[in-house]
Amino acid sequence: MANFYTEHPELRHHLNNPMMKRICELKERNYRDKDEFDYAPQDYEDAMDSYDKVLEITGEITGEVIAANAESVDLEGPHCADGRVEYASGTKVNMDAMVKAGLNGMTMPRRFGGLNFPITPYTMCAEIVAAADAGFSNIWSLQDCIETLYEFGNEDQHSRFIPRICAGETMSMDLTEPDAGSDLQSVMLKATFDEAENCWRLNGVKRFITNGDADLHLVLARSEEGTKDGRGLSMFIYDKRSGGVNVRRIENKLGIHGSPTCELVFKNAKAELCGERKLGLIKYVMALMNGARLGIAAQSVGLSQAAYNEALAYAKDRKQFGKAIIEFPAVYDMLSTIKAKLDAGRALLYQTSRYVDIYKALDDIARERKLTPEERQEQKKYARLADAFTPLAKGMNSEYANQNAYDCIQVHGGSGFMLEYACQRIYRDARITSIYEGTTQLQTVAAIRYVTNGSYLATLRDYEQIECSDEMKPLMERVKAMTDKFEACTNLVKEAADQEFHDLMARRLYEMAADCVMSHLIIQDATQAPEMFSGSAKVYVNYAEAEVDKHNSFITNFRKEDISCYRK
Amino acid sequence: MSLKIVVLAKQVPDTRNVGKDAMTAEGTINRAALPAIFNPEDLNALEQALRLKESHPGSTVTMLTMGPGRAAEIIREGLYRGADGGYLLTDRAFAGADTLATSYALATAIRKIGEYDLIIGGRQAIDGDTAQVGPQVAEKLGLTQVTYAEEILDVDEKSRKITIKRHIDGGVETVTAPMPLVITVNGSAAPCRPRNAKLVQKYKRALGAQEKAAATADGAELPYAGLYAERPYLNITEWSTADVGADLEQCGLSGSPTKVKTIQNISFQAKESKTLTGSDKDVEGLITELLANHTIG
Repeated sequence: MANFYTEHPELRHHLNNPMMKRICELKERNYRDKDEFDYAPQDYEDAMDSYDKVLEITGEITGEVIAANAESVDLEGPHCADGRVEYASGTKVNMDAMVKAGLNGMTMPRRFGGLNFPITPYTMCAEIVAAADAGFSNIWSLQDCIETLYEFGNEDQHSRFIPRICAGETMSMDLTEPDAGSDLQSVMLKATFDEAENCWRLNGVKRFITNGDADLHLVLARSEEGTKDGRGLSMFIYDKRSGGVNVRRIENKLGIHGSPTCELVFKNAKAELCGERKLGLIKYVMALMNGARLGIAAQSVGLSQAAYNEALAYAKDRKQFGKAIIEFPAVYDMLSTIKAKLDAGRALLYQTSRYVDIYKALDDIARERKLTPEERQEQKKYARLADAFTPLAKGMNSEYANQNAYDCIQVHGGSGFMLEYACQRIYRDARITSIYEGTTQLQTVAAIRYVTNGSYLATLRDYEQIECSDEMKPLMERVKAMTDKFEACTNLVKEAADQEFHDLMARRLYEMAADCVMSHLIIQDATQAPEMFSGSAKVYVNYAEAEVDKHNSFITNFRKEDISCYRK
Repeated sequence: MSLKIVVLAKQVPDTRNVGKDAMTAEGTINRAALPAIFNPEDLNALEQALRLKESHPGSTVTMLTMGPGRAAEIIREGLYRGADGGYLLTDRAFAGADTLATSYALATAIRKIGEYDLIIGGRQAIDGDTAQVGPQVAEKLGLTQVTYAEEILDVDEKSRKITIKRHIDGGVETVTAPMPLVITVNGSAAPCRPRNAKLVQKYKRALGAQEKAAATADGAELPYAGLYAERPYLNITEWSTADVGADLEQCGLSGSPTKVKTIQNISFQAKESKTLTGSDKDVEGLITELLANHTIG
C-alpha cells in the first residue's frame, strides 16, 4: 500500500525535532485535556505517537486515494452550474476520505471537535496531500483559515463556526478583486450595516477566489464609507447557509485544475463582522496571509517531492546507450540538485512551522492568562523569527518547486513533454505557487527589512554556534564565508542609501539570506541523521555557495548608473 | 431502528504480493515474508456495517475474529474505523482449523454474543479463497444467507427485512431477506473508510491479554498501565474454547476433515482465460485437462 508519509522518512525526522517538546507542552497546556477527552495525549511521548499515527493515516489516504484520483481530477475539473460549484468526482471521493478520517479542523482545540494538533504536524499533512494532488490540497488546506477566526472571532462565533469546520465543512478567503490583487488596499467590496436586520450586508465582486463556493468565507470588505486605503477595510464572516453569494464563473487555469478558482458576486449577502472594524487588512488579513503562505510553502515542498519521485523513477527505468540514464552525470546532477533543494527547502519549511507553533501557542495562552516575563520574551522572539522566516519558506520553496518540476520534465526528455506522464501536471501545478498568496517579489518585500535590520544575520550567527558533526565541519566553514559575503553585500546596499538600488538588489539579498539559512539547516539535519541528509547537505552547499557567489558578484560589480538600462 | 451487527473478519498473510520466499521449504506459508493484514473483503464488509450504523442511529458494530494473540489488531482496526467493540477467539485448540471448524467456532461465539440482527463478513479470505466460512456460519446458526453482496439498499423496520444488491455473473441481482441473517460481501462493494484520527488516538493502546503478556514478558512495565483499569474499552476481550463452551472435538485440527496431502510450489507462466458452458461435455473436458496438468488430483 502506497503511503506518502512512511515512504519518506525525512518527514518523521522533522517531526522528531527536539523543539517539539516545548511545542507540545505549550499546545497541550501540560496535557490538561487528558482526563476530559479520550483522544487527548497523556504526555509528550503519547502526543508525538499520535501525530505519527495520524500522519500515517494521511499518508495512506494520499497514497491510496488522492494520488490515484489526481489525473482524473485534473482532466475533469470542477463545474459551475446555477451559481454553485460542483467538484470533480474524484475530489468528492478525496474529501469524503479526509472527512471520514477526521482530518479537518486539525489545529483547533478539542472543545470544538478539533485534534488540537500543532501547526507542524498539520503542515506535514498539507505537504503530503499536495504531493498527491496540489489542486486538492488547496481545498483541504483552506481549513487553516479557521485559525484566523479562532484568533480574532468572539466566543459566540467560535462555538457556531469552528465545530462545523472540524466536521469537514470547507473555507475560503475572499480577498482579491479585479482591481485589487497584490494591492489589497484597493479592495472595494462594500460592507454596509443593515440596521433593520442588525447585520452587515456585502455587495460587489471578488475574483480569483480559491474554493469560492466554500461553506464559510472570510471576506475583506470596505466598511468605512469614503475611505480609500487599508484602514477602511474590515473582515467579515459569510456563511453560505445565509445565501447571497453566487459563483459567476470558474477560471480556466494552467494548473491546479481540481481547485475551483471562482468569481463571486455578492448581492446583499448577510455577513457578520470578525474582530474589530478597520483592522481587516492591517491585522487580520496579515495573519491570514502568513498562515496561507506557510500552506503554499508546504504545497511547494509536496510538489518538489512529487517531482523528485517521478524524475527518479523515470531515470532508473529509462535506458539509453545501453544503460539507465540515471548513471549519466548530466542526469544525476539534475536529480541530486532536485533532492538537495527538496531537503533544504523542507528543512526551512519545518523550522518556520516550529517558530510559528511556539509563538501561536503562547499567543493562545495569553488569551487565558497573563504570560510570565520569560514567556513574553519567548513569544516575541519566535513571533519575530516566524515573521522573518515565513516569506523565505514561501518564496524559496515555490521557486524550487518550479525549478524542480522543470528539471523533472527535463529528466523525462521528450516523454516529459507528452501529457501521459505525471510530470506535466506537476509542472503546471507548480507554476502558481510562486504567484499566489503573494508573489516571490512580494515575499522579498516582506523579508527585506529582516535583511537590512540584521535579523537574518543574527540568526545565521546563532546557527554558527550550533555544534555540527566532524563530517559537516568543512561545510560549516564554507557557510560562514557565505554569510560574510551576505553581510558585506547587505552593508554595501545599505551604505549606498539609494532606494531604487536597494529595491533592485533586494531579491538577490533575500536569496543570499535564504541560501545561508537553508545551508545551516541541512547541515544540522545531516549532523543528526547523516545517512539521510549528508549527501544532500554537500550537494546543497555546493549549489548555495555558487548562488551566493553569483549574487555577490552581481551586487559588488553593479554600477548604479546602469539602473537606467533596467528601467523600461 | 437500531441494529446489532457482528462483523466477521480475519487476519491473513498478504498473499497479493507473493514473492519467491512466500513458501518455506516444508511447503507452509513463510509468515515472516508476508505481512499480516486485514482480509480485504472483510474490510468491504466492515464498511457496509458502518454505513448501517450511520443510517440507523443507536446501532452497534461488534468485531469478531479468530486467531493468535496478535490478531487483536483486527479488532483495533475495526475500532479505528467506528466499530464499538470486539472479541478475539483465541486458543491453541482453535489452531489448524479448516472452514468447518472455523465456522463452528465462530457460530459458538456468535451464540455467546447473543443478540444480533446481522452478521456480515467478506466473501472469502485471500489465504484460502474458499468462500465457505460465511455460508457455514449461517447454516450452523440456522440463518438465511445472502452471498456476494455489493450494497445494502434498504432495511425495512416493520417487516424486519433487508434488501441487498448482489454481484452475480454478468450482472446484479436484488434480493430481500428476513433478519437476522448472514451477509457475505464482495470485493466490488464500496471500499472501507480510512481509520479515523480521533478513534486511532482513543484506541491505539487497546490490547488483548496475550499482547499485554508479550509486552511485559521481559519484566518491562506495560506502558500507561494505569489506563487499562480506568478505560475498560482498552482491554480487548479474548475468548477461549471454554469461554464460548465449544466442543473441543469440533475445534481446530480435530474438528477439521480437510487434510493437506502435499503442497507444491508452482509458478504460473502465462495468464489465459477461456469460456466454458455448463454442459457435461465442457465440464468433463475441463476436469480431464486439470487432471492432466496436475492442477487437481
